[in-house]
Amino acid sequence: MSSRALRQPLSLRLTSNIFLAFWCIVAVFPILWITVMSFKSPVDAFDSNALNVIFGPATLAKGQGISILDIIAGIAIFWGTILVSTKTLPSMVRSYTKPGQAWFGWVIGVLVVIVGFLLVFFVILPAVLGVLNPIFGPLGKDVLGLTTEHYKTVWIDRGFSDNFQNSLIVTTGVVTLSLTVGTLAGYGLARSGSTLAFWILIVALIFRALPPSVLVSGYLPVFISSAEWLAPILGENAPTLYGKPFAVIAVLVAINQPFTIWMLRSFFQNIPSELDEAARVDGCSHFQAFRRVIMPVMWPGVITTGLFSFLLAYNDFLVTSLLLDAQNQTMVPAIVGMFNRETTTTDQVVAVAAAVSITAPLIFLVLIFQRQIVSGLTAGAVKG
Amino acid sequence: MNFRTFAAFVGPSVFMMLLFIAYPLISVFMQSFYITQPIYETVEIETCTPGFLTQTCITEQVSQPKLDEHGEIITQTEYVGLQSYRNVLEPERAWRAISNGEWNVLSTINFWKALRFTLTFTLITLPLVIGCGLGISVLINNAARAIRGPVIFVSLLPFIITPVIGVLSINWLFRGDGILTAMLETWLNRDIALFAQAWTIEILMMVYRVWHVAPFAAIVFYAGLQTVNQDSLESAVIDGATRWQRMKYIVIPHLMPLIIFVSMIHLMDSYRVFEEIVGFSSQGYVISLQWLTYDFLVPDQAGNRSISRASASAMLTMIGVVILLIFPLRRTWRDHKGGH
Repeated sequence: MSSRALRQPLSLRLTSNIFLAFWCIVAVFPILWITVMSFKSPVDAFDSNALNVIFGPATLAKGQGISILDIIAGIAIFWGTILVSTKTLPSMVRSYTKPGQAWFGWVIGVLVVIVGFLLVFFVILPAVLGVLNPIFGPLGKDVLGLTTEHYKTVWIDRGFSDNFQNSLIVTTGVVTLSLTVGTLAGYGLARSGSTLAFWILIVALIFRALPPSVLVSGYLPVFISSAEWLAPILGENAPTLYGKPFAVIAVLVAINQPFTIWMLRSFFQNIPSELDEAARVDGCSHFQAFRRVIMPVMWPGVITTGLFSFLLAYNDFLVTSLLLDAQNQTMVPAIVGMFNRETTTTDQVVAVAAAVSITAPLIFLVLIFQRQIVSGLTAGAVKG
Repeated sequence: MNFRTFAAFVGPSVFMMLLFIAYPLISVFMQSFYITQPIYETVEIETCTPGFLTQTCITEQVSQPKLDEHGEIITQTEYVGLQSYRNVLEPERAWRAISNGEWNVLSTINFWKALRFTLTFTLITLPLVIGCGLGISVLINNAARAIRGPVIFVSLLPFIITPVIGVLSINWLFRGDGILTAMLETWLNRDIALFAQAWTIEILMMVYRVWHVAPFAAIVFYAGLQTVNQDSLESAVIDGATRWQRMKYIVIPHLMPLIIFVSMIHLMDSYRVFEEIVGFSSQGYVISLQWLTYDFLVPDQAGNRSISRASASAMLTMIGVVILLIFPLRRTWRDHKGGH
């Protein structure tokens, strides 16, 4: 707003900012609230008085709470983690890795930060505070009811860690496979102006609009009886595809493929084709040009598309709940199962804790990759 | 790029799409005309219970599935034509209800009930999403540069959250005497049960969907707002245009392609509405088309899945997708032909 003519009066700016603040509260409130609920005893969590939910008197009465000192230390560690991951981590990665391998440094760096945070927050902090709290008198007295027992119930007693593992397998598989297949196709489609390429894109657009349930009703009978029809090819140990993670990975990759190739194509189109022409003149084949010249400058696009593939696989309920059996269940269907099966409020809070556990990684993801997500959202759109 | 290299690059992706999207689509189409069910045979079973003096014997006729030599149920697949579609649509009942004008009878048939909800849901949320998205994007654009980043971060959260979990979190805020229900009750000064009738659940579902999708729209529009020509805005001010007129005659036309893009994506996605039904567990009151297919696919108490009925309902759902896509595809086709 450099121009004077476009300057806005104070009242308008104020109203605009108030509305913006209101939207921020609306956006974040449900997530924040279930996080608060998950740390309270059931009586507090479902109390109709908001203050009781926040301060948790019933939880406090059971002797589970935290002191002002605890709160200050906890916030300090959170703040420290955010600082480390936004400031120190990028510069560390930049200084310790070679240019082409930055992604590897990022993977290791992020893992170290996560492990370090968990270690400090859940192991070192309680031990230190256990010593400090009695010393500080009134500051060390419990004021806020808070309990982590529901998280223990979910992760240890209910076997949520198995679901977590399954989700990890499925999402890793989907992201790797759909990026491998998708980048090749996206590059081919971006560099070919043929009518065939146009038709592939149009058909992909139609596939993008298909409800997954339509496709799943095609897979189910085939997957359930796969041991029979695979027997002539694979012999005795032909697998039943139903319930197998790799079958679900293939399905999710395919369902995600239309979106992936559209997005990657639009990223590839931003890379000038003079670049691969130059490589071709220097004697590269198409594939070599793709691998040595295009891929190194393509990482932002690949990361963005990978994020969206991750979200699709991580968030999916319909396909995983229908095609996986109980042992291979991923997190989302498991939570829905908990929510539907349990009737007591304790079990409901356990489901809330599971829901928060599944949301936390997503929040970190936005924190780290905000720019890539935004660029992904606008990549397809700006071209219309 | 010659055809061979093009094929090598695109091949794997096309192969996967053919195998896992095109083939299932055809097989669903075929399945919807056939029905697979166990062969039943009627056997006489004599059950005897020991009694005083004589046994009491009862002979019953029981129909039970035939077993093969491995003890597995023999199934048989037969062509039934449009029978599965008839089971899903129940045309006679539906027609009678329509000709008598009894809409509540029509809404007892699952398919029509689902269709009604899916269409209302899609059509009501569309303007809300566009409106809210536009509003939020203008607000973000008005805000100081320093706070835009954090605001976008916060705005992304509803969009990025797992849909089922998002629905559940809204559900927990309202369930029973959840704090928002309690708040509404003190405000309206009356007792409220939000999960006891269909229309309140539908409103909650729409609220969730707008909350979930508006950030996406907002960010796309925000990107568009960055490229609005500042000079034309300025000359509009000097010509005496009000804020509203500037919005209407300069900003909105500039954003129009983006508005169409977001509408298309939203129409496709909200036509597939499904997670809301699961998260609010509202199947007793409100169902959607995709949920209907899902429900046929979930094994019932006897462990049977009604695959053929699911296929029929899936094919009927497809009709909507086709109608939805005709116009944009025609436009793309015209652009393509014009471009060459």
